[in-house]
Amino acid sequence: MEATIFQSETNLDSYEGSLGGVTRREFLKFCTGVAATLGLPASAAWQIAEAATTSAKRPPVIWLSAQECTGCTESLLRSNHPTLEQLILDTISLDYHETLNVGAGHQAEEARQQSMKENWGGYVLVVDGSIPVKDGGIYCKVAGKTMLEHLEETAAGAAAIIAIGSCASWGGIPSAGPNPTGATPVYKLVKDKPVVNIPGCPPNPYNFLSTVLHFLTFGRLPELDEKGRPKFAYGRLIHENCERRPHFDAGRFAINFGDEGHRKGWCLYKLGCKGPETFANCPAVLFGDVGPGSWPVGTGHPCFGCTEEGIGFTKGIHQLATVQSVTPPNVYPRINEQRGEGITPASAAVAGAAVGALLGAGATIASKIGKQSDTESAEEGKE
Amino acid sequence: MGLNRRDFLKLTAAGAAGAAVAGDAAALQRPPLEMPPEAVGMLYDSTLCIGCKACMVACKQANNMPPDFRVPENTTWDQPLDIDGKTLNIIKVYRQGTAEVKDRETDGFAFVKRHCLHCVDPSCISVCPVSAMTKDPLTGIVEHHEDRCIGCRYCVYGCPFSVPKYEFDDPLGQIQKCEFCVHLQAKGLTPACCDVCPTGATLFGKVSDLKEEAKRRLAAKPGDVYVFPRGNLDENRPTHEATIPSYLQRLYGDKELGGTQVLYLSAVPFDKLGLPDNVPDYGYATISEGIQHTLYQWMIAPAAVLAGLLYVVRRNTQKDAEHSGRDES
Amino acid sequence: MSEHVPVGGRLITKPFTILILLAMLAFAILVARFLFGLGSVTAMSDGYPWGIWIVIDVMIGTAFGCAGYSVALLVYVMNKGEYHPLVRPAVMAGLFGYTLGGIAVMIDLGRYWQFWTLLWPGYVNLNSVMLEVAWCVMAYIVVLWIEFTPAFLERLGMKNLKQKLSKLLFLFIAVGVLLPTMHQSSLGTLATAVGFKISPLWQTQMVPLLFLLSAVVMGYAIVPFESILSALGLKRPFETKLLGKLSAAMLVVLIAYLVVRVIDLTWRGAWGYAFELNTQAIMFWVEMALFVAPVLMLMSPKNIYNPRLQFLSGFSLLLAGSVYRINTYIIGYDAGPGWSYFPSAGEIMVTVGVFSFEVILYLFFVKKLPVLHRAEAH
Repeated sequence: MEATIFQSETNLDSYEGSLGGVTRREFLKFCTGVAATLGLPASAAWQIAEAATTSAKRPPVIWLSAQECTGCTESLLRSNHPTLEQLILDTISLDYHETLNVGAGHQAEEARQQSMKENWGGYVLVVDGSIPVKDGGIYCKVAGKTMLEHLEETAAGAAAIIAIGSCASWGGIPSAGPNPTGATPVYKLVKDKPVVNIPGCPPNPYNFLSTVLHFLTFGRLPELDEKGRPKFAYGRLIHENCERRPHFDAGRFAINFGDEGHRKGWCLYKLGCKGPETFANCPAVLFGDVGPGSWPVGTGHPCFGCTEEGIGFTKGIHQLATVQSVTPPNVYPRINEQRGEGITPASAAVAGAAVGALLGAGATIASKIGKQSDTESAEEGKE
Repeated sequence: MGLNRRDFLKLTAAGAAGAAVAGDAAALQRPPLEMPPEAVGMLYDSTLCIGCKACMVACKQANNMPPDFRVPENTTWDQPLDIDGKTLNIIKVYRQGTAEVKDRETDGFAFVKRHCLHCVDPSCISVCPVSAMTKDPLTGIVEHHEDRCIGCRYCVYGCPFSVPKYEFDDPLGQIQKCEFCVHLQAKGLTPACCDVCPTGATLFGKVSDLKEEAKRRLAAKPGDVYVFPRGNLDENRPTHEATIPSYLQRLYGDKELGGTQVLYLSAVPFDKLGLPDNVPDYGYATISEGIQHTLYQWMIAPAAVLAGLLYVVRRNTQKDAEHSGRDES
Repeated sequence: MSEHVPVGGRLITKPFTILILLAMLAFAILVARFLFGLGSVTAMSDGYPWGIWIVIDVMIGTAFGCAGYSVALLVYVMNKGEYHPLVRPAVMAGLFGYTLGGIAVMIDLGRYWQFWTLLWPGYVNLNSVMLEVAWCVMAYIVVLWIEFTPAFLERLGMKNLKQKLSKLLFLFIAVGVLLPTMHQSSLGTLATAVGFKISPLWQTQMVPLLFLLSAVVMGYAIVPFESILSALGLKRPFETKLLGKLSAAMLVVLIAYLVVRVIDLTWRGAWGYAFELNTQAIMFWVEMALFVAPVLMLMSPKNIYNPRLQFLSGFSLLLAGSVYRINTYIIGYDAGPGWSYFPSAGEIMVTVGVFSFEVILYLFFVKKLPVLHRAEAH
């Protein structure tokens, strides 16, 4: 892979100094990794490298946190390529983030207002957590104002809005029945701008990072599905990529935790795995970069559908999933298959010979009869 | 010599009369058999089936059947194409067009479970000369006894659902078919396929209860949430909550060929799933046995014919002996 | 002095050697069948569990064997004594047809070592048509051997025993007319249990009657066939006059068969199937043509005494009855979409071998035992 990269014209040495102590190899590996996550060809790594290092000013990002648990931020803190500090120190300018801010209180709010003013129309707004709307939204207030108001005023000047986490994407756990606070996702409140949803509880950090880098590199968002989720991450069911799928296909299920099937790593469908109706890329990208099996199903617990509205925090964890589409493989036996032994050259030849001999014999005999009976009647005639 | 007009007309009339008698099917049919008092059965709901094949695996394990390799070189997967000497139960898929949507007839796919339907009036039992196929008088389970079977394969030839299969590749081959896990039922356990089915697509229970359950499903409105029982109707197993699909308003096996103890619900037409559709409400055994009983009941007719023949033949042979005084040959 | 004499002459001729070779080939293939199973040698499958071994060797083979039955009907029931010379060769034809049919059953049965269950009272299923066929065929084979015993006794010069047997022969003749009536019709009834799997062109409740009538026709047809072949092969005169009268009787039964067949098809509205473009329709017309051609051939009094037409009619009807049985049980049988069947080379060679063996036995018996009528009697 390194070979193709070197065919580009960009001067590698120009990166020196702008990488903040990261080696060239590490940096290019990181860009290649991002390109792979986005499903782009290896050559896109160049463009990502360019965008990441040659932009004059780091793009501003404002991060609003509403009814959230900080899990999404924690998830980002555990990313490795890039690490969070690479992101916020070198790639973007994170002007406001309640957890990661150095300052606090009114100073932090002022920094946000200033960034908004300076970058009006050009900053990226990231939201995590759902926004309560009941009773005027009083159930989540920061600096004396409701999050509803904060969102309204911040979204007004944002170039792009990213809702990270299930809470911001569709309501998440605060919206679970009976939804006492009226927790609402961002896209239902911001109607005039496209909102990218990165659901998950928490989502894989690379889904978020790749989306941001895609935007920075190409100036546009990656392809989204009808729910505003990037297709590269949420375009397939977990069931379609699950490493336990062969067990599903072969009918091997774990029935109880700790039973023989569970210990052998069999399919968890009967334990309520929602993989067959949940769109996400967990089995492909895993979590924490610690090797294979580092995702819920891989550890032996059924997926509960954290990315999907109506499934995560709604359906029982051990309730059977409604398999979305199984589209059986081509080798699945069909109603009618070609079977039986039909005609072969050998059997056709033998059959033809037998029937031919039979009919030929009949014809020969018939002609012989003609001769003999003529002879007989001639003899009779003589007598 | 030659055929004169009188003889010809006589023959035609006789033939017409004979055909007229046969045209009335009821005349030569025996009455159909009744559902046994404690009949057990299966309700297979194609819309609940997800094609996971757990039932196939469980059936093979419960009945000690060998794997069925489709091509001799690939001995990795058990991949039967149909029920046969090694496979008693199979899930098949119906596909049409793009096969995108489950349980839709056009551009859709659906699953069907094929194995013995344990008919109420089975053809296999009627045709077997040595009672190698028997039907339990209480539960109605159709069993096969290879210690009696002569391997004539009439059951294979005659079953309307093409269920019994013969092990053609075994010089000591026997007939194989689903026997409803009678060995498990004897211990009070549930048949393997029903036991393991994750969604409750294959449900075990008394036929009367299963028909009630099917009626409820057919009466419910498509889209309504319904609690589907799983495994065994008589046991309190965890249920499966899902929505009612657009069923075809028909319970297959209720009346077909005299009724079967394995019943089917589906959203796709049954003939598309490979289940014979334009079949009468009586088993074909009623016809073949009807003809046999009409002709041979208590051997009355043959005895009468024999008596007549003995008289005629004796008279003719004696006459010949008297006339010619020669040796009889 | 006996009316029947062995034909004599050399047994091992060139045709005889060829027949021996065919029979030996069949035997070798059967060794494989018994060692490795039916699937290893035949093309039978789960979709087509009945192949040519059942339909040709057993059903058609025994129908050929109805020569004894048909001639007995003429001679002993309808008292047409002039056919008497044809009786013994006809009984012998029956003997071979049925004995070899029985052997063919043993070859085809999948669990042949348990055939005794057919006779075990605790197991037999009296509702089964196949049981009745099995019992009748077994009994008829015994009856045929008894009916043929006089030929053996003559050869061995045991006149007293033959005299005693002749007094009881009427019993066996009567039973020998009843039994084929029962089982040849039941060979047709076997089809009724199969229902829709057999095409409406052949599936009817009249099938027992149709099989019986066609068996009688075949029984008649084989007589001129064998008689003329023997005349040619063994250098004997034609029995044209006798065969002519027999052909007339055959024609009567043939027309009865055709009438029933046509009326039955019309009554059930099944003619539509005969005009579809598929194998079944084509074979239906082949069958019909083979049945109808002899009617046209033998209609005029002059033709009925023509040996060539007698032979061709007999041949045509033997083929017709054979095709009718193959059509009913194989061509007309629908195993479901995707299934196909064509007999394998080995399967065909065994059938050829079985019939070759029948001819071998015929030649052996005819040359060594007093079977055929004395040549100069007419």
